[in-house]
Amino acid sequence: MNYQFEFGWLFEYYPQIAKGIAITIELIAVGAVAGILLGIVCAWVRALGPAWLKPFVAGYVELIRNTPFLIQLFFIFFGLPSLGLQLSELKAANLAMIVNLGAYSSEIIRAGIQATPRGQFEAGASLAMSPFETFRHVVLVPSLERIWPALSSQVVIVMLGSAVVSQIAAEDLTFAANFIQSRTFRAFEAYIVSTAVYLVLAILLRQVLSMVGWAIFPRRAAR
Amino acid sequence: MIEFTIWDILRNLLLASRWTIVLSLVSFAGGGVVGLALLFLRISRRKWTRAFAKYYIELFQGTPLLMQLFIAFFGLGLFGIDVPAWLAAGLALILWTAAFLGEIWRGCVEAIAKGQWEASASLGMGRLQQMRYVILPQALRIAVPPTVGFSVQVIKGTALTSIIGFVELSKAGTVVTNATFQPFTVYGLVALIYFVLCWPLSKSSQILERKLNVAHRNH
Repeated sequence: MNYQFEFGWLFEYYPQIAKGIAITIELIAVGAVAGILLGIVCAWVRALGPAWLKPFVAGYVELIRNTPFLIQLFFIFFGLPSLGLQLSELKAANLAMIVNLGAYSSEIIRAGIQATPRGQFEAGASLAMSPFETFRHVVLVPSLERIWPALSSQVVIVMLGSAVVSQIAAEDLTFAANFIQSRTFRAFEAYIVSTAVYLVLAILLRQVLSMVGWAIFPRRAAR
Repeated sequence: MIEFTIWDILRNLLLASRWTIVLSLVSFAGGGVVGLALLFLRISRRKWTRAFAKYYIELFQGTPLLMQLFIAFFGLGLFGIDVPAWLAAGLALILWTAAFLGEIWRGCVEAIAKGQWEASASLGMGRLQQMRYVILPQALRIAVPPTVGFSVQVIKGTALTSIIGFVELSKAGTVVTNATFQPFTVYGLVALIYFVLCWPLSKSSQILERKLNVAHRNH
C-alpha cells in the first residue's frame, strides 16, 4: 500500500466542515426537543389516552419503527410534494428526524409511564387532580427520569442516523465530507475526519444529555 | 411517454428486495460470528483484549453507519483493489452488526448469576467449558428476543448501502422513481416492503420477550 495520506485540505475547507457541524447540531437539537415532545404525547395516548386514538398512534409507531430512516426521508422530501406539501431540504430533514424520534421515544417513555405505581395515580386523584393534572404533575417527570438513559441513547442513535440527510442535499457534516472529497479527491481522509467528528459529537451529546437529566430531575442531583 | 402500472413498479421493487434479503442474511450471519468473537474478547480475563473489544464497540456504535460504509468503500480502494459496492457493503455491515450483537450478548452473559460461574469452576471446568456447558446455554434464552429485535435494525441498515451504489430495495426505489416520476407511490411501496420484512421480526421479538418474562415469574 503506497498511499500518501494528505490532510492539507483541512486548512482550506475547515469553514465547510464547521458549517456542516453547525447544521448537524441544529438538526439534532430541533429533532431531540420536538421529537421527545411528540414522543410524550404519543406515549400518553398509548398508556392513558382515549381508546379510539390508540390504534392510530400504534400504527404510526409501528410504521416508523419498521421502515428505514432513509426511506422516511425520501418519502417526505420527494413524495409529499405530490400532495402539495413542498419542504426545503432542512425542513424535510427536521420533520423526518422529529417523526422518527417521536415514534422511538414514545415506546421508551410509555415503558416509563407504565412502570409508575398505581398508588401515584390514586394519590393524584385523592388530591382532586384531574387525570391530566395527575399525569402532568405527578407521573410525567419520574417516568422520564426512569427511562432517561434509554432515551439518551436513542437521541444519539438519531444523531448518527442524521448522516443520511446529506442524500437530500441538506448541508450537514456528511454533505461537507462529500463536497470535500469531490473537490480534493481525498475521499478516505475526508471521511476519516468527519467520522472522528461524529464520534466526538456523539460523546459530547451523551454528556449534554446526562447534564440535562441532572437539571430536569433535581431529586437525582440532590442525592 | 411510457405508462407504468402499479404492478410494473411493484415487480421491479420485489426483484430488488432479494438483494436486501441476501445482504441482511449475510450481515447477520457474519456479524453473529464476529460478534461472538467480540463477546469472548469482551469478557476475557486479559485486560488488553477487554479494552480492544470495548473500544471497537464504542467506535462502531459512536459513528454513523453511513460513514463506516464510505470508509470501507474508499478505504479498501487504497490497497489498489477495485472495490465492488457489494463487498464494501457486506464488510461494513458485518463489522457494524458485530459491534451491536457483541454488546447485546455481553449484557446477556453478565445477567447470569455469579454463582453459576463459581459452581462450574468448583466442578473443575475450564473457562471455555464453563461458557460452553453452563453460561451460554442459559444466556441464549435471554439473548433471543433482543437478537431478533436487532435483526430489524440490520434490515433497515441495508438501506444505506444504496448510497454507495449497491442496488437493493432503496436504490431500486430511486431508479424506479427516476423512470416513473411517481415518488409518492414508489417510496410508499418501498416503505411497505420494508415493513412487511421487518414487522414480523419486531412482533416475534416482543412475543418472545413476553414469553420469557412469564417463564421467569413462574420460577
